[in-house]
Amino acid sequence: MIQVNELHKTYRNGRVKALNGVSFSVDKGEIFGVIGPDGAGKSTLFRILASLLIPDPGRGKATVGGYDVIRDYRQIRQIIGYMPGRFSLYQDLSVEENLKFFATLFNTTVEENYSLIKDIYGQIEPFKKRRAGALSGGMKQKLALSCALVHRPKVLILDEPTTGVDPVSRREFWDMLGRLRELGITILVSTAYMDEADRCTRVALAREGEFIAIDTPKGITRDYSEVLWSVEGDRMPALLNRLREYPSVKTAFAFGDKHHITVEKGITTEELENYLANNGFKETRVEPIEPTIEDCFLAM
Amino acid sequence: MKQFIAFVNKEFYHLVRDRRSMLIILGIPVVQILLFGFAINTEVKDIRVAMHAPHPDAFSEGVTERFRRNEFFNLREDLHTPREMEMALQKGRLDMAVLFHPSEESIQLIVNSADPNRGSIATTYATAIIAGYQLEESGVGMSQIPFAIEVESRMIYNPGMESAYMFVPGIMGLVLMLICTMMTSVSIVREKERGTMEVLLASPLKQGTMVIAKTIPYLLISIINLVSILLLSYFVLNVPIRGSLILLLGISVIYIFLSLAFGLLISTVVRSQINAVIISAIIVMLPGLMLSGMIFPIENMPSILQWVSDIVPARWYTQAIKKVMIQGLGGAMVWKETLILTGMALLLVVGSTLNLKPRLE
Repeated sequence: MIQVNELHKTYRNGRVKALNGVSFSVDKGEIFGVIGPDGAGKSTLFRILASLLIPDPGRGKATVGGYDVIRDYRQIRQIIGYMPGRFSLYQDLSVEENLKFFATLFNTTVEENYSLIKDIYGQIEPFKKRRAGALSGGMKQKLALSCALVHRPKVLILDEPTTGVDPVSRREFWDMLGRLRELGITILVSTAYMDEADRCTRVALAREGEFIAIDTPKGITRDYSEVLWSVEGDRMPALLNRLREYPSVKTAFAFGDKHHITVEKGITTEELENYLANNGFKETRVEPIEPTIEDCFLAM
Repeated sequence: MKQFIAFVNKEFYHLVRDRRSMLIILGIPVVQILLFGFAINTEVKDIRVAMHAPHPDAFSEGVTERFRRNEFFNLREDLHTPREMEMALQKGRLDMAVLFHPSEESIQLIVNSADPNRGSIATTYATAIIAGYQLEESGVGMSQIPFAIEVESRMIYNPGMESAYMFVPGIMGLVLMLICTMMTSVSIVREKERGTMEVLLASPLKQGTMVIAKTIPYLLISIINLVSILLLSYFVLNVPIRGSLILLLGISVIYIFLSLAFGLLISTVVRSQINAVIISAIIVMLPGLMLSGMIFPIENMPSILQWVSDIVPARWYTQAIKKVMIQGLGGAMVWKETLILTGMALLLVVGSTLNLKPRLE
């Protein structure tokens, strides 16, 4: 459904490289996640695929639904639903007016495709007379998704749809994407939250304009070759520094209320616990864990 | 078509829900018409004049008496010698000196033309008075008229030289264009600033549809402005509407459409709403004031500026409105202006459509 081959994009006469030779393909009915920090080139890539930006000429090629992103931009705009990174609906229009406007823009009506958006729009329908600007972050995202879906697109391009949305709404949002996928809609979604990777059929890890890995979420964690432990205790910031001083610890990162560390093969958790106890850290608990996508990302 | 109507509706919502902007849009023309109409005053009155006749005779007495009685002139009887008059002229206490030269059978008018308009109008008045007197006297066959001047001038259309007559068409041209251009100049760039342009571009909407649809709500609100300007001109500034009202409205609507299209063109170029407002104010105000013929007559400009004024829409509009409103001329006399304005409007619509890129920059 989406074919991207050696895509480059530079800004300001080549001085800023946003995309540096990205290649991947997405099949029909996939949820393909692009995961990476800010500045990895995610938005640039999505804008190119939404036919809003032209990639560097003469290098690489990208098609969506078989249409070339440069030449066939009019056709692409018939079949995609695009949700930009920032909330881009009319704040002074009501929920209902926004939805109707975008339906008409795509030569369709809300009624015609109501079955498709019922799940999502149904949740904000009680507030349909409210101005879009007065909605909460989660409701705004639902409205934006409804507007992007109202014309029954073949491909959904969602640029960081869950950024700035509360955890409950985020989970609901991904549940909705799962149901859309079952309807055969291809979804390309980006996120800076690594924990959302598991909801995708495949993910690409993006860093500085390049894809450093493309695989299923399981495939990416399966390829992880380090010895990964988690460390818990009191005085966590000091603990992190102390861990980094220990010779057998290769890397140590804070992961919420735990630290994830990679260590040399051969040392045992008891050795580390003893070391920490000797250095005044009491009741530390060290245990081997399975890697998450974020661990993989940090290891690359 | 449905797309178009939906877009027009959307623009209407933006317009009417922004109460403060709405108030400004409807209020500015009223304030400006009143301000310009009352404050800018080029009526030439109270011209201070002094007479010098080395050898007073019936003729010089008669002319002096005419000046004394004329409501536009204020005869300074305290100045007698040419020397005194020269001093007074230099100090700005005198506008005109009338010197009789019986030996050369002529009258010399020395006019303070520091303000050229005032100077030339004062000259015209004075010439008319002298000629009028002479005509009258020759009628009764007075033989002692020492010389013969043939001056016959008659102020028509605006015999009182009332400035409101001159200014209202000019102000209409300026105010309508200013407000229309400003309104639309922010409308596309606002979509860019708020990010909604990204969604619009990713839809099948055509650029031309967007441009035309964006003018419609503003066209309607501008017609309200036009009506309020005409009502104020007619009832408050007492400017007559001598020609066809339909013709007047028709030309004005073309001009409004042109201004809206010009605003859209600006909007496709600039990067922020504030820039849009500043740029449209400068581009409209300066040529609108200077080159439209409202303040400075176009015939008096250097030819290069005359060419520039040819591309200033306000010039053609003002010219047409003067003809229709003040002179009461019909459509046959303003076809040229109408055609030029229509052409410019179409050019601007096409220009802004082409300039509205189908992608983000």
